[in-house]
Amino acid sequence: MTAETATEKEPVEKETFLNVFLRNLWSSNSVTVTALSIVLAVIIGAVLIVVSDSAVLAKFSYFTARPGDALDASWTLISSAYADLVKGALGDPQAFSDWMSGAGTWQNAFAPLSETLTYAAPLVFTGLAVSLAFRGGLFNIGAQGQAVLGCVAAGVAGFTFGLPIVLNLIVALIAGALGGALWGFLPGLLKARTGAHEVITTIMLNYTAGLFLAWLVIQQGIQQPGRSDAISKVVAESAQLPSFGGVLRVHLGIVLAVLTTAGVAWLLNRSAFGFELRAVGSNPHAARTAGISVAKTYTLLMAIAGALAGLGGATQVLGTAYALTPSVAGNIGFDGLLVALLGRNRPWGTLLAALLFGALRAGGNRMQSFTGISLELVTVLQALIVIFIAAPALVKAIFRLRAARAAGLGVSPAKG
Amino acid sequence: MLDPPPPGPAETREIPLKLELRGITKRFGDLVANDHIDITVEPGEVHALLGENGAGKSTLMNQLYGLLQPDEGEIVVNDEPKVFRSPRDAIAAGIGMVHQHFMLVPVFTVAENIALGAEETRGGPLGWLDRRRARKDVIETSKKFGLPVDPDALIEDLPVGAQQRVEIVKALTRDVDLLILDEPTAVLTPQETDELLAVMRSLTEMGKSIVFITHKLREVKAIADRITVVRRGRIVGTASPDTSEDELAALMVGRAVSLEVEKGPADPGRAVLQVAGLVVDDDRGIRAVDGVDLEVRAGEVLGIAGVQGNGQTELVEAIMGLREVRAGTVGLDGEDLAGMSTKKILRSGVGYVPEDRSHDGVVKEFSVAENLILDMYDREPFGNAFRLDISKIAGNAQERVDQFDIRTQSAESAVGTLSGGNQQKVVIAREMSRPLRLFIASQPTRGVDVGSIEFIHKQIVHERDQGTAVLVVSSELDEVVGLADRIAVMYRGRILAVVSPDTPREEIGLLMAGITGGNEEKK
Repeated sequence: MTAETATEKEPVEKETFLNVFLRNLWSSNSVTVTALSIVLAVIIGAVLIVVSDSAVLAKFSYFTARPGDALDASWTLISSAYADLVKGALGDPQAFSDWMSGAGTWQNAFAPLSETLTYAAPLVFTGLAVSLAFRGGLFNIGAQGQAVLGCVAAGVAGFTFGLPIVLNLIVALIAGALGGALWGFLPGLLKARTGAHEVITTIMLNYTAGLFLAWLVIQQGIQQPGRSDAISKVVAESAQLPSFGGVLRVHLGIVLAVLTTAGVAWLLNRSAFGFELRAVGSNPHAARTAGISVAKTYTLLMAIAGALAGLGGATQVLGTAYALTPSVAGNIGFDGLLVALLGRNRPWGTLLAALLFGALRAGGNRMQSFTGISLELVTVLQALIVIFIAAPALVKAIFRLRAARAAGLGVSPAKG
Repeated sequence: MLDPPPPGPAETREIPLKLELRGITKRFGDLVANDHIDITVEPGEVHALLGENGAGKSTLMNQLYGLLQPDEGEIVVNDEPKVFRSPRDAIAAGIGMVHQHFMLVPVFTVAENIALGAEETRGGPLGWLDRRRARKDVIETSKKFGLPVDPDALIEDLPVGAQQRVEIVKALTRDVDLLILDEPTAVLTPQETDELLAVMRSLTEMGKSIVFITHKLREVKAIADRITVVRRGRIVGTASPDTSEDELAALMVGRAVSLEVEKGPADPGRAVLQVAGLVVDDDRGIRAVDGVDLEVRAGEVLGIAGVQGNGQTELVEAIMGLREVRAGTVGLDGEDLAGMSTKKILRSGVGYVPEDRSHDGVVKEFSVAENLILDMYDREPFGNAFRLDISKIAGNAQERVDQFDIRTQSAESAVGTLSGGNQQKVVIAREMSRPLRLFIASQPTRGVDVGSIEFIHKQIVHERDQGTAVLVVSSELDEVVGLADRIAVMYRGRILAVVSPDTPREEIGLLMAGITGGNEEKK
């Protein structure tokens, strides 16, 4: 008899750094933390705006002599930059009053909002793909690859079948979902069968998907006839997501996104499978003991998450891009990770986070053209928000592990 | 793990050690784990610290051993206030501790383990390990205190009782005068327990004092010179060893409790569970269950007694389809369960309380209501393959909370916020709330307060009286004897004998140590 079998089984599981970090990440991320992170990011963004403008910076060289100049210029720059950000995301009051007085059109007034929703739609899907998987205890880094496969499948279906209106769109969307589902199912199956960690496999499949797309768009039958660059045929009009047209790019995708969010919320909280995946995500041992098949749950969950990301890719192709290019999916999969984090892994939270990211992106475009501040600032803002949310968890994880090591004996102070 | 004493030859203290804890207070957030604790341990006495799980005993001892620092109060050794920043300080002051979970390296020899942390070297700090010196120290200490240990044996080859002896010898080589024993009998057979008590007695005769932490009343009465009872972080009384067990239990729990399991005679019917020639491996692929035959009849409780780690866990997991059956059959009313999924086994009328509640029994983040249907969520009336019926689930929760007296703020509270006893009631309520043919409970009252133990035992007997076949696995012999109508003693993966609960404890104890009627089996 060895010491291991003889002594009582230690109830606390050995935790890896990643586990501690991730758990802290989701648990410490309260609404307050999220809101404060956004405020902090905006403040630091303001500093960056000033620092990156050489004209304003020059006024700081005689700051001691005439501080008013520098402060005035800084304030003007910051306020106009953020004002443009808001105008570009939600709408310009000027455009609204023009519309009322008849000088402008309603389309122009609603164009900024339309841009926000256009950018947000695919992010809702990829965000849901990440947050749903996480509720089941899986870290789906593969939303990018799944979205790319969704683009490919939806795009190819969109210009190949030539089905009648409505039906063609439905088939293309389903194709996109299936493409993503396949790319999620593979790592899910590997995890269930062999225990291969989904972080590794999904990252690798991201590359595979990206390279496959780059290869595919220059193949005969896919590439647009008469073009030498990497672009595919255009999706049939009957397969495109209907939009208002003109400056209003917003399309049916955002409506689908809201419906899907509701569906995911139902799946999580009201369905038998949602119960299974939450049980497996919180305590796989207890789930197994209660007769839930952990392997089956992982596989199905990754397939569903993949399908969601695939739909995100499909809305991108069928609603905005209309043709495949190597970069058609942009960064929507990776942004989905951030959106899920910001949305605290809850379906409606994810929707709101996607809208915020969409708004930042849309506003950033106007900020770039009107105030001359690089679009990269928006990326910096997004990154800062995420860093502020993630940092407390990171710090806690580091200190918790160190404290546990220092105690050495594994003594839990709360115990008897 | 003991930290090294100050280098140089161990000094011997002339004065025996007198320890006083004055007003020790320790808080964790809002929780007051220790509330102004005053205890005096006189030289040469066995001072028992009696209390339920979570009463604050271990927290107190961890402060005494320098693992935690008190928020208020002081530790006084021989009238001199001391501050212990680490176990090293405590050992230097003459205080040693043997933890509930042994801190030994399984692949090291006894001598190596004892030297570990205070290695003697030749030729400076980076010189050779002085193994000869280490062996000599072990032999001397073990002779001096009458604690036989083989310095060259590997720890992993030793039975638990001997490993514990190694821990005690290790503490004694550090020349301590006060020894803290944290739940030392939890892993011992009754015989090993008796041996330990004898060792404790002889140590006190040599002037050492012992703080004995336990929740077992029988042992306290057998060995303690003085008893301090702790409840919810406070001292609720001191008692002498001639206080009755019922009185001690009442002090511990705060109300009168019945320690006996009240039950009528069993009325066994058909054989419900039939296990034949069962062979199961543990996680490391080592044979854990080695040809077990047993039968549980409807309307009876079969208890499996045995020291933990003799294959009971693997046996039950194999029956539940959680572990692969290597050979043999598991029959439920003639139907072979081997190879069936856990879900199907549960659905065929088997209730299962796993031994490790927080690991396998509950999902702590889930609400009480959700945990109450953890294995029935996709069955009518709670739902089907697709959807859950939230209102039925909530209604069920309210019913069970009342019926099983689950103390919770609401059925929507996360189970992790409940006490151990109430978490266990959630598991038991869940498993008993459907018609059963077989009910399996592994360690049904581990880490459960005395008050809840009484309730859980009543429920188990009630289930039996309804004609369910009940299999109870417990490493607490009292529990098995109290509940079972027949007792199967398990040792090293086999059932050594099936005996009646009227069998003398000593005889069952010998069986648990692998000794069958004069035919001694050496470990």
